[in-house]
Amino acid sequence: MITVEQRAEFRKHFRYNVGRRLVIDKIVKGVVFGCVILAIVPLGSILVEVITNGSAALSIEFLTQIPGAVGSADAGGIGPAIQGTIVLIGMSSLIGVPVGVMGGIFLSEYGDNRYGRTVRFFNDVLAEFPTIVIGIFAFVMIVLTLGNFSVWAGTFALSIIMLPIITRTTEESLKLVPITYREAAFALGIKRWAVITKIILSQAKNGMVTGILLAVARIAGETAPLIFTILGSSQFMDGFNGPIDALPLRIWRLSSLPYDNAVAQGWGAALVLILMVLSINIGVRYIVLRKKGRGLKLRMRGGAL
Amino acid sequence: MGGKIVSMMRIPLKSGSRFVDKFFKIGAAMAATYVLAIILLIVVNLISGSAPVWQKEGLGFLTGSNWNSEEGRESYGAAPYILGTFVTAGIAMAIGVPISIGIAMFLSELAPKIMRTPLSLIIELLAAVPSVIYGLWGLFVFRLYLKDWVETPLHNMFGDNSVIFAGAPFGLDIFTASVVLAIMIIPTISTISREIMLAVPNSQREAAYMLGATKWEVFRLAVIPYSKSGLIGAAILGLGRAVGETMAVTMLIGNSTGAAAFPTSLFQPGQTMSSIMANEFAEASQAGLHMSALIGIGLILFVVAFGINIVAHLLVARVIKSHEGAVQA
Repeated sequence: MITVEQRAEFRKHFRYNVGRRLVIDKIVKGVVFGCVILAIVPLGSILVEVITNGSAALSIEFLTQIPGAVGSADAGGIGPAIQGTIVLIGMSSLIGVPVGVMGGIFLSEYGDNRYGRTVRFFNDVLAEFPTIVIGIFAFVMIVLTLGNFSVWAGTFALSIIMLPIITRTTEESLKLVPITYREAAFALGIKRWAVITKIILSQAKNGMVTGILLAVARIAGETAPLIFTILGSSQFMDGFNGPIDALPLRIWRLSSLPYDNAVAQGWGAALVLILMVLSINIGVRYIVLRKKGRGLKLRMRGGAL
Repeated sequence: MGGKIVSMMRIPLKSGSRFVDKFFKIGAAMAATYVLAIILLIVVNLISGSAPVWQKEGLGFLTGSNWNSEEGRESYGAAPYILGTFVTAGIAMAIGVPISIGIAMFLSELAPKIMRTPLSLIIELLAAVPSVIYGLWGLFVFRLYLKDWVETPLHNMFGDNSVIFAGAPFGLDIFTASVVLAIMIIPTISTISREIMLAVPNSQREAAYMLGATKWEVFRLAVIPYSKSGLIGAAILGLGRAVGETMAVTMLIGNSTGAAAFPTSLFQPGQTMSSIMANEFAEASQAGLHMSALIGIGLILFVVAFGINIVAHLLVARVIKSHEGAVQA
């Protein structure tokens, strides 16, 4: 039998114990909330600094002129860098999108076997790869072979970075199309390629466009592979066989110059770049959230599980 | 899926011969094979490009610390940079992993429903900011705060006698680079960790709640043990990203070369594998061994990143798969 004294003892102990546990719980909750704040503060600080420092540099001349001579009072603009980034995105998409979409179709429609699993695995590994390694690879393979830095080399490197992102998002979106669509189409005697291109792709369109846009946002901000491939230039593009400039590359070069007006321009270029990248990202997410693709796993930098 | 009716009239029933189907499949298979081919080509090209430096230095390239590109006295050793990469990535992990797990815990267990989606989006936006902008921000903003508020107090407290805090803090050093790296890997680790925690079956949590556990105890007793290997995988994926990160590190680490780049004090300039490639590429001549040495460092980085990523993917994939199985069962 439990005596009255014992019961009182238990109760006291229980109260003591619960109090302590609740305090620990509160502390942990506080710490964890602090972690979230710790992660948000840098993002806020980056946005505030880029917008305040960058907007001072913005002007029509800044966006269209070529850069001035290093150290001169007239700092010029970042026209070639903007042009270069747009050219590179377009060219890389020409390679990355078709190959990536076809690869995604293979993984989703034909990839339920050992080979498909192997490709999927290495595709995921490639998605997380250090981009500088891809850059130096493109340098050895294209620049050393052709003998000069060129738009081609940059395109090649950036398309490799796009590829795994598009492949994976295409696969995920195709898999979301209900199997009944396929069954119904096969039952009508439609050939497999026609089922995929005419029916499945049209249903999976939104997810695929999302993946492609995220891949574009990703390569727009890549710097490391461009150092080895397009070299950078202060002139507008002069054919696909020559070097060109790109926004991230220009930001890097400007930030390492010891002149105040160069640094101010670096912030301006950073503002242009971050507006590009974040507007794609936020826009895509807004559309995905509002319309379709619930259950579609997409990550900002495109890395997939 | 939307209620759009696919117009059957536009789909030719007898489209093409039966070969079209074959060609389509072969085309898709070729696109998929392209990925494997690229990885193979990366290996072949990096090995052939760095062959001269391996021939001259042998394994000394991995262990040596001399870095001299002057003609006639060329000597290359990558040890300080390999070490620098692991030290910066290690410090970034030490800071970033606990914070990321905390964020994941908040997003998966604590946050009210309305806050979850917007907060996850904000965390993921951190991953969308280009590396070079982290570098710019670190160089002109964050470095100054870190120097005044963290580095100088630490230096004053422990002084020059303590090895790891020795040297007058200037802000362009291993510590700054590591902290910015930590910020950069937080979204990667926390996003994946959150997904892994959400994959823990609710019955696990409910059992713990029924025993009277607090939120923290539920997390510690039910969620963590269930998702441990996945969380380790997420952390290793973050390590992979930290090891390969280039621009922000290049702009912040101070860039020393040779034996001086051995990471001894946190407040000294250092160098990582990726930063030396980015820094010295422009001045490397293809005539000598300098370019070959940089490509050789690229090869080492490739091997390291490849290994890390394979381990991480195996761990993460196994957890997600076993959980899917558990849900179905």
